[in-house]
Amino acid sequence: MGERGRKHAMLEIKNLHASVEGREILRGVDLTVRAGEVHAIMGPNGSGKSTLAQVLGGHPAYTVAEGSVLFEGKDLLAMKPEDRAREGVFVAFQYPVAIRGITNAYFLRSAVNAIRKHRGEEELGPVEFMDRLEDKLRVIGWDSSYLSRPVNEGFSGGEKKRNEILQMAVLEPKLAILDETDSGLDIDALKTVAHTVDKLRRPDNATVLVTHYYRILTHIAPDFVHVLSDGRIVKSGGKDLALELEEKGYDWIREGAAVA
Amino acid sequence: MTPLGKAPDVSDVPDVINRYVADFRAFAANGAGGAPSWLKEIREGAIARFAQLGFPTTKQEAWRFTSVAPIAETRFVRAPGSEVPVSESQVAPLLLRGAAGPRAVFVDGRHAPALSSRVGLPQAVEAGSLAAALQAGGGSELARAHLARHATWRESPFAALNTAFLLDGAFVHIPAGIALEQPLELLFISTGQSLGPTVTHPRSLVVVDRGAEAAVIEHYVSLARGVYWTNAVAEVVVDDEARVEYYRVQGESRDAYHVATTHSRQGRDSYLGLHVVTLGAALARHDVHTVLDGTGAELILNGLYLLGGTQHADHHTLIEHARPHCASHEFFNGVLDERAHGVFTGRIIVRPGAQRTDSKQTNNNLLLSTEARADSQPQLEIYADDVKCTHGSTVGPLDQTALYYLRSRGLSAETAQSLLTYGFAAEILGRMRRAEVRERLDQVVRDRLESGAAARAA
Repeated sequence: MGERGRKHAMLEIKNLHASVEGREILRGVDLTVRAGEVHAIMGPNGSGKSTLAQVLGGHPAYTVAEGSVLFEGKDLLAMKPEDRAREGVFVAFQYPVAIRGITNAYFLRSAVNAIRKHRGEEELGPVEFMDRLEDKLRVIGWDSSYLSRPVNEGFSGGEKKRNEILQMAVLEPKLAILDETDSGLDIDALKTVAHTVDKLRRPDNATVLVTHYYRILTHIAPDFVHVLSDGRIVKSGGKDLALELEEKGYDWIREGAAVA
Repeated sequence: MTPLGKAPDVSDVPDVINRYVADFRAFAANGAGGAPSWLKEIREGAIARFAQLGFPTTKQEAWRFTSVAPIAETRFVRAPGSEVPVSESQVAPLLLRGAAGPRAVFVDGRHAPALSSRVGLPQAVEAGSLAAALQAGGGSELARAHLARHATWRESPFAALNTAFLLDGAFVHIPAGIALEQPLELLFISTGQSLGPTVTHPRSLVVVDRGAEAAVIEHYVSLARGVYWTNAVAEVVVDDEARVEYYRVQGESRDAYHVATTHSRQGRDSYLGLHVVTLGAALARHDVHTVLDGTGAELILNGLYLLGGTQHADHHTLIEHARPHCASHEFFNGVLDERAHGVFTGRIIVRPGAQRTDSKQTNNNLLLSTEARADSQPQLEIYADDVKCTHGSTVGPLDQTALYYLRSRGLSAETAQSLLTYGFAAEILGRMRRAEVRERLDQVVRDRLESGAAARAA
């Protein structure tokens, strides 16, 4: 057995079929992610990338018709969204939601404490929490003024994406799924986001980057690149595949898939 | 000023109006608190106007969503006032600020000096009984200059009725340049301890002179459940460069009726934060009429209504931009549970010449039950060309995507729901600048939402 075989599978997706509003979007996705790995899932618009991220997060609008998803050996699909989060799954939203009247600090602390409680750890008070937050803020280049603002309310597109990364940094998930976190970012924001994700990489966690663009992969080198087309993974490879896609576009793969 | 009419002969008008006119005759004949003649004249005019207008019906545009039939059909008697003994220990828990701050307390519409306190107030500040001010020498000139000059009792039958029966209430005067350290609370207690339904017509006049600063709380509560009617009017005068935080908290009994008019007039470069929190009464109607009457004036009109059961609350606001370079930002949020009904009408008038007006209005309504209802109508009338006016309103249940977002961060469905609901209210509380008031109201709101959630879960 090779080196890969020794590590346990953190996420195992088998033959996943999912639909939204009666339309089948995912049509048999297979994917295995191991601890320490970074996977990039690429594909044209409408291929099902975001659906995959939302299904893994537990979005109530999506229905799973077939297939299975195991997270550390547990049936992920049977879990409520909050239980997935408490078990260590984090989905950064493509369109983060604004929450009026609730400050970022309060929200983050509520989330951290919900997860700590689940793990049987003591909940953090406001002061203790703030101390821990300072480092994380520095990493994404924010001052504490962002903490007293309502969650994502009046935030620019880039600020919302940074806020997702801040949440990820604070919640320290085992598996982070970033749903097009790179889209709509200027080059500086992209670098900050990529740098943060890179900094949070550890042998015991894993990252799935859902992206339309090659750009972010120049900052975070993926171990694996998968191409999703028409609800299936039609090609997998190393990071060179991303470069090939950047040069040749997606059409050649779609044509290839149709032939196969 | 239009000439004041005489009260009509009692035979000319319908029975329901008749009762009030007859009662007015008894009230006037009884000396009506030994009022000065100018006030007697205003009262006469006001009862005449009430007799002409009568109680509104839902056929009138301004009353489309609110029927006052329960009020018109109930035989209310004027609360005797000060007859029910109320102790300090009963009052302390009712005060929003607790017993530590300055306060003027009113029991069934009459000032209760023994329950009031001037603690921390500068000597020159008036904070007490309107009845006393109307009789005293110095106060009456000021009262005469302002009383019933701002409230549009000629247009509103309820303000007319309040003016006709004007007897007592709060009189507050902050002279020029004085800054009050602590918020001043005006607490109106209805005892609800009478054999039949009673009515009070509390009147407040708050005058903040040039460059003065104050926070005032106008607060309505009850000692017991029971049917009673509060028909309140407040006039708030904010002179040039004065800064006022005005909190109006309506926490009447759930069986009560509450009708009120709040009028404000602002001078040049003044600031008024007018915060409205509506929690109580079976049927509530609050008309707010603000006039930005000096260049550079700024208004924040910030309201929250939390309703449950079969409560009905109607907020009818009118912001009048009379001068250039003024800013008004209006925010009303409603949280409606069970079979509650919230109504919001937000009218903004920009007068000719009121250039560079900056006006923003939003009304958001959260429906926590499928039987709850909200009606929201913005009305913009703009007669100047160089203005910035925006408005928007929403009515709907909790956002499913927002719920999912919170849950995806580890919060339970229940916590996510209560956090979103609280946030809806907290958004309004966040604009209150006096921390000591905001924090108390935050607790009141949390308690209220928790008891609502508990009722839903049961």
